[in-house]
Amino acid sequence: MVSFIFSRLMQAIATMLVVTLIAFVLFRYVGDPVNQMVGIETSLEQRETLREQLGLNDSMSVQYLRFVVRALHLDFGVSYQQKEAVSAMIAQRLPATLELTLVSVIFAIGFGVPLGVLSGLHPRSLASRAFMVLSLIGVSLPTFLIGILLIFVFSVQLGWLPSFGRGETVLIGGWSTGFLTSSGLQSLILPSITLGLFQMTLIMRLVRSEIMEVLPTDYIKFARARGLSDRVIHFGHALRNTMIPVITVTGLQIGSIIAFSIITETVFQWPGMGLLFLQAVQNVDIPVMAAYLMLIAFLFVTINLAVDLLYVTVDPRIRLAGTPA
Amino acid sequence: MTDLLSVSDLTIDISTRRGELRAIDGVSFGIGRGEVLGVVGESGAGKSMLGNAVIGLLPARARIAGGQVWLDGDRIDALPRADLQHLRGARIGMIFQDPQTSLNPLYRIGDQITQTIRTHRPMSQTEALDEARRLLTEVGISASSERLAAYPHQFSGGMRQRVVIALALAGNPELVIADEPTTALDVSVQAQIIKLLKRLCQERGVAVMLITHDMGVIAETADRVCVLYAGRVAEIGAVDDVLARPRHPYTQGLMAANPTLTGPLDDGLRQIPGSMPTIAARPKGCAFHPRCSEALALCRDRRPPLITAQKVECSCFLYHQDSQALKAT
Repeated sequence: MVSFIFSRLMQAIATMLVVTLIAFVLFRYVGDPVNQMVGIETSLEQRETLREQLGLNDSMSVQYLRFVVRALHLDFGVSYQQKEAVSAMIAQRLPATLELTLVSVIFAIGFGVPLGVLSGLHPRSLASRAFMVLSLIGVSLPTFLIGILLIFVFSVQLGWLPSFGRGETVLIGGWSTGFLTSSGLQSLILPSITLGLFQMTLIMRLVRSEIMEVLPTDYIKFARARGLSDRVIHFGHALRNTMIPVITVTGLQIGSIIAFSIITETVFQWPGMGLLFLQAVQNVDIPVMAAYLMLIAFLFVTINLAVDLLYVTVDPRIRLAGTPA
Repeated sequence: MTDLLSVSDLTIDISTRRGELRAIDGVSFGIGRGEVLGVVGESGAGKSMLGNAVIGLLPARARIAGGQVWLDGDRIDALPRADLQHLRGARIGMIFQDPQTSLNPLYRIGDQITQTIRTHRPMSQTEALDEARRLLTEVGISASSERLAAYPHQFSGGMRQRVVIALALAGNPELVIADEPTTALDVSVQAQIIKLLKRLCQERGVAVMLITHDMGVIAETADRVCVLYAGRVAEIGAVDDVLARPRHPYTQGLMAANPTLTGPLDDGLRQIPGSMPTIAARPKGCAFHPRCSEALALCRDRRPPLITAQKVECSCFLYHQDSQALKAT
C-alpha cells in the first residue's frame, strides 16, 4: 500500500517536472523576455544589465533549476502586461474558477450517477428513454450555445437569474467566496449548469451502460439467489462494481472542467482563471501563460493521484495486487 | 409422504425474434426431504432453465407458460417479487457453476456472508459474525478473522466454491439447487466439493437438486436421477436402477458412451448418431425418435407419456403396456 502510494507520487512528480520544463522553454524561448519587458528606447547596455540581473546569461540547467525552485515558492515572475506578480493575479482569480468548478462537479455527479443507475435498471421505461434523448442534446450541443440559451431563457425572458459576473462576494482570508451571499449563489447556478451539463450527461450514460453490463453477471445473480433486497443489490453490489470506470472518467472530466471553464467564463463574464488566460494569450503574456499551464497540470496530476487512491479504496484487487493470494 | 419440491407439467417459453420457443416442455418431477435428485442432460437440454425456474430467477425473456411448482405445500411459481425475496436464500439456496464469478470481487467474504445471514435471520452483526465463522468451519475453511476479512480473489477456486456453499446454506434453506457446482473446478477438487456438499446436506437434512452433465457425479451423489432430453423428461428413477439398467434408448446410449475402466480397450466409445435438436427444431412426436434405433412408427407422431416401468418412469412407447400391439401399427 505504502509502496503503491509512493510510486504514484513519484510518477506525479515526474509529470510535473516535464510540465515545468515545457513551461520553462515557453517562458525562455518564445520571444525574448528582455524585449518584452523594456521599451524601444532602452539602450543596449541597459538591456545587457537586465539580462544579467535576470540571470539569462547563466547556463540552461542553472536557469531551469532556478525556474523550478521559484515555481516551488509560487513565484512565477511578473506579468509583462500588468507589471504585477503572476502569483498574485492567479490568487485573485483562482477562487472564482474553483468555486464554479466545484459546483459544476457536484451538479454533474449528483445528478449523473442516480439518473444513470435508474435508467440502467429500467432501460426501457419512458423516463429513461426521455433522459437518454435529453442527454444526447447535452452531449452534442456546444457549451457556449447551452450558456447562451440558458441566459436567454432564465435571464432575459424570465429574469430569474443574473446573466453575468459572480454577484456579491465575501472575502475570507484572501479567498473571495460567492457561497455566502444570495446573489453570489444565484450567479453560480447558470454557469455551473452550463459547465457541468456535458459531464453530467456523460457520467449518466457511463453509469447506465456500466449498470446494464453488471446486472447480468453471476455475482448479481447469486446475490439475487441469496434473497438480498433489490436496494442492496442495485446500490451496493451493482453500483460499486461500476465505480472504477466512473471514477476514472469523472476524474479526467474534473480536469477538463477546470481547463475548459475558459468558454463558460467568457460567456458569463466570470472573473476567473479562464478569462485571465484568454487575456494573456491575446497580449502574449508569457509568464501568465506558463504559470497557467503549470497550475492546470498540477490540478490534473493531483486529481489523477486522488483517482488512483480512490481506486484502491473501491477495488481491493488493486491494493492487494502485490500480496500473494 | 409428500415431496418437499413438486414440479408438475412445467412449461417454459422463451421469446425470441423468431417467436416463442418452448424451452421446457411439460416437465414433472419431485424431490423428497433430504433427497438428492440429479438432473442430467446435454447442453441445451434445459437443466439450468429448470433450476432457475424453481428459484424464480428466469431470464427476462423466459416465462413460465404452464404447470406448477410447489415447495412444502406452498405454490411458488407465481409469487410476487417481495415474496420471492423471502423464498430465495431462506427456503431455497442456490450454488452456481463458476465460483470465480459468483462472488462479488469488491466485498470481503465475511461481509458477504453476514449480509446474507442478516437478510434472512434476525441477528445482530456480532451474532451474524459468529454464525459466519461457524458456517466457514462447516465448509472446511479455518474460521479465522483473517479469512473473514479476505476478498474472493485471495481464495483458490475450490475454497471459493466452499464459500459459495456456505453462502447458499446461510439462510438455512430446505432445498439447495446446485447448478453444475463442480464443472469449473479442478478435477482434483471436484470430488472434495461434491463430498462436502453431500455431507452437509445429509447433516442438515437439506434436499438437493443437483444439475450436472457428469454421470460420475450423479452415481456418487444422487439418490434419484432425472434425465432431460430437449426440454423433456426422458427417464426418472432411483440412481441404482437407472444407471444399472437404463430403460430409455437415450439413457442407454448415454451409458454406452461412458468409458469404463474394465471394458475392452479396442472397443472404442459408442456414440448416439446425430445430435440433440435445438428447442427451435424439436421434432414432432418423441423428440428422440430421429436418433433412436428402436423407434416405432407412432414415435414420429405421438409424444410418449411418462410410463412407469419397473420402478422407473420413462417416456418411451417401448415400455407401454401394449407395446407389442403398438409395434404392429
